[in-house]
Amino acid sequence: MGRITLDKVAKSFGEVEVIPPLDLTIEDGEFVVFVGPSGCGKSTLLRLIAGLEDVSAGEIRIDGKDATAVPPAKRGLAMVFQSYALYPHMSVRKNIAFPLRMAGLDAAEQERRVRAAADVLNLTDYLDRRPGQLSGGQRQRVAIGRAIVREPSAFLFDEPLSNLDAALRVGMRLEISELHNRLKTTMIYVTHDQVEAMTMADKIVVLRAGNIEQVGSPLELYRAPRNLFVAGFIGSPKMNLIGGDIAARHHATTIGIRPEHISVSPEAGEWHGTVGVSEHLGSDTFFHVACEGIPEPVTVRVGGEVSLHHGDAIWLTPDPDHLHRFDKDGLRVA
Amino acid sequence: MATRHSRSAARLMMAPAVILLMGWMLVPLTMTLYFSFKRYLPMRGDSLERGLDWVGFENYVRFITSSSFWPSVQATLLIVGGVLVITVILGVLLAILLDQPFWGQGVVRILVIAPFFVMPTVSALVWKNMMMDPVNGMFAHLWRFFGTQPVSWMSDASVQSIILIVSWQWLPFATLILLTAIQSLDSEQLEAAEMDGAPVLARFWFIVLPHLGRAITIVILIQTIFLLSIFAEIFVTTGGSFGTRTLTYLIFQRVVDSQNIGLGSAGGVYAIILANIIALFLMRIVGKNLDR
Repeated sequence: MGRITLDKVAKSFGEVEVIPPLDLTIEDGEFVVFVGPSGCGKSTLLRLIAGLEDVSAGEIRIDGKDATAVPPAKRGLAMVFQSYALYPHMSVRKNIAFPLRMAGLDAAEQERRVRAAADVLNLTDYLDRRPGQLSGGQRQRVAIGRAIVREPSAFLFDEPLSNLDAALRVGMRLEISELHNRLKTTMIYVTHDQVEAMTMADKIVVLRAGNIEQVGSPLELYRAPRNLFVAGFIGSPKMNLIGGDIAARHHATTIGIRPEHISVSPEAGEWHGTVGVSEHLGSDTFFHVACEGIPEPVTVRVGGEVSLHHGDAIWLTPDPDHLHRFDKDGLRVA
Repeated sequence: MATRHSRSAARLMMAPAVILLMGWMLVPLTMTLYFSFKRYLPMRGDSLERGLDWVGFENYVRFITSSSFWPSVQATLLIVGGVLVITVILGVLLAILLDQPFWGQGVVRILVIAPFFVMPTVSALVWKNMMMDPVNGMFAHLWRFFGTQPVSWMSDASVQSIILIVSWQWLPFATLILLTAIQSLDSEQLEAAEMDGAPVLARFWFIVLPHLGRAITIVILIQTIFLLSIFAEIFVTTGGSFGTRTLTYLIFQRVVDSQNIGLGSAGGVYAIILANIIALFLMRIVGKNLDR
């Protein structure tokens, strides 16, 4: 079980309020991702849940019980740190067994659980190595193993993939998702990478300056961003945000259109522009088009390879069904 | 080509330093060895100009069969061991204390290092006369305040007194090295251990202490080198009496008090052997600890 409820939880360091009072419910078995730019308070929020920081106000409930004053070890949560925080002088086996040893389990039971965790994580051959002799991905797995053996009610991940190279990151992302599907335990995952958030989460919590901007499933956030910040943060490449007369024509202060929802035509369309830089990814091509009346270049995604060159004149037409409209406060207009 | 050239050039450029260091070490060593096989009593008229008599291993036999030899080795090991235990244990505790954030941290850290800057002779004299004097010393007043008989430190607890004085001098060194080591401990490791259910003492034992292992071996190694040759503290306090005659002090007495340079040189050679035995053990431990 792992249902975590935050009730008007706030945190300030001295005079500085890092997290204004916020409410959030994380259901049992959910994979929740806290995402936001650096300094948005997402790690602090995670540490508050873990108990590594004390809340300044409000209440944290785990499975209905008030855990606000419960020390971290007693909350039944396991955390995977950004630096992995492995104990360098202990072998992998001892690292994974450490929480069990602290819990006073007998040696046979420790060994059994370590073996089980090592099997799940493909670490069986490395049990007698020291962390210093392992690669980044293996260290990451040891850190996860140390979390698994405790059979916690929820896992907390603090940017666990940010120290890995791009290829390994994709692999570990899949492994963590796979692990979640198998264990069905609540997982809270902090990242600044919206791709990680989109691919892994059941529920994304977008944070800015300690405030929750929007909570929802990845596709909800993609389809209906509640405000300009979420619109600009979720999706890659970024949504095109256009203000001025063009927005006014659509009865909004700002309109947003994702690169994949713009059609390109050499003859006719809504906006006229010239092709700037193009990025060829093979499967897709991104064009940055300088349009008349739009200060920023508009990013357009076209499937496959398209023979458009720098300086070519083209017409762009946004798909009206996927046009996002925002009012003067930056909030979505239905 | 280039590498061979640069290698010989490197040797050439290093040569002055190497020759200087070798000379610095070898000349006294050879002279000590030379004198240790000679009868050299300046007060009886022996001198280098007139030539010294070769006496074979007589000096060595006399030094080792002397009734003061083994007690002096014991005193040396006792003092070195005692100081090491005190400085390492207190050093670890002080380092943890100084690592905590508190008001005036910077000033306190500098003050903690202060004893290291006091000359050994001065600090020993201050301790002897200000702290440990059985009539006017601070300790005597303290003892009397609690209604007990003051201890005459220099005669009744001489070895302990020396250990105390030398520990006071070397504690800052240990604290400083251990403090820097403790500061390099990743705080996430401690937090991970906290999440894993380790209480404070377990965190100290399983995380902090192993992390300090390397620093502790370095402290032990460096201190041993210097502690084997402590002299001033003994000279100005007990003058080698009451069981505080270390090997170094015994050699000094043989050479200066008894004016027997041959015998003292033989003692010096024994001291070199003893230091090397200890160094061998230490290097093994250190090597093991530094290899990670």
